[in-house]
Amino acid sequence: MHDRGSWPTDAPIDRGEHELADWELLTDAIVAVLSEREVMSDDELRRGIESIEPDEYERASYYERWLYSVETVLVEKRVLAPGELDRRLRA
Amino acid sequence: MSYRVGQRVRVAARPHDGHHRTPEYIKGRTGHVERIHASFPNPETRAYGHDGLPEQPLYLVGFARGDVWPGDRGRDADRIYVDLFEHWLEEAE
Amino acid sequence: MTDHGHDHPHDQDHPHGPIGSDEPPPAARARALEELLVEKGVVDRDDVRRGIDWLVSRSPADGARLVAHAWVDPAFKERLLADARAAALEVGLDPGPSPVVVALENTDAVHHVVVCTLCSCYPKALLGPPPDWYKSLPYRSRAVSDPRGVLSEFGLTLDDDIEVRVVDSTADVRYLVIPRRPTGTEGMSEEELATFVTRDSMIGVAQPAAPAAVAS
Repeated sequence: MHDRGSWPTDAPIDRGEHELADWELLTDAIVAVLSEREVMSDDELRRGIESIEPDEYERASYYERWLYSVETVLVEKRVLAPGELDRRLRA
Repeated sequence: MSYRVGQRVRVAARPHDGHHRTPEYIKGRTGHVERIHASFPNPETRAYGHDGLPEQPLYLVGFARGDVWPGDRGRDADRIYVDLFEHWLEEAE
Repeated sequence: MTDHGHDHPHDQDHPHGPIGSDEPPPAARARALEELLVEKGVVDRDDVRRGIDWLVSRSPADGARLVAHAWVDPAFKERLLADARAAALEVGLDPGPSPVVVALENTDAVHHVVVCTLCSCYPKALLGPPPDWYKSLPYRSRAVSDPRGVLSEFGLTLDDDIEVRVVDSTADVRYLVIPRRPTGTEGMSEEELATFVTRDSMIGVAQPAAPAAVAS
């Protein structure tokens, strides 16, 4: 699903652009710090993104995929408990 | 570094379970070494929390379009270049 | 703090629910993530702020400076082609965290286009964050399967006798295109030349801007 060169398409390219929202900058920076601190590498980030279910992969925005991946990998590494982020959001 | 600039190399056609950075569309294709980069930690193991050592040599390999997408609408003499790790490359005639 | 008290069925199987469903919007998610990681001492809020400041400070102006300098200084251009990371440092620019940065020179015979088909690798230290279309699924697919179609969608048609070279940035090397210096720019200063070097021309989907045509 992530290997797009092997999924030929004729779909037009939407050339609209948007400036990164605060939360997107935040997500990017969190990943950069996790990488600097060797908590989570770029390769783990990519692997986490590649693990997203195909439908969700296509529907999710770019940084939504990043958030998904960070949560997946950090739960794996027991930095976060399963569901801990959800519980914090509902608090 | 096993390969020289200008050397013909073929990309291994093997399947790989899990994270790897060799696109399917280039597997099995033959091209030539355009540039020798440096060695990098192996993303295939680094992606699962390992240190990615020993580092693997990385090359920029160039292919003719006609060899990658035979019979498509593109111009055969246009070229595609892909960064590929040494352990995905084999000597070709 | 109240808890709803019931778990959604999917919480048992996955660490979190599907993306973009009735889940709180990603902004709340990102903030909550930062909160948790700071509380646990995994990241430092100052480091995160610094990361945001760095990203916001990045723009194509840096890449344009590199290109303009190469246009006026042939010896520098050779150094840039040999090792773009070192060349960027030489002129006081931040080449970013990638250990290898490569500059690809467009000529009257060759035109380069850069893509990352597998994700979105991009020289953001020198060009700023990538545009949405660069990260889009159609671009990632068509840049390799139909580069001339992509270029014409961006308004660029190249003659058949020009070789189009698509570079798929699949690893940690970052690529920057050096577009061709436009005609009519002889004698211009580097600062002025840099104004013609657009972000899209350093990705390869466009030519640089041209000086305004003189009315004949």
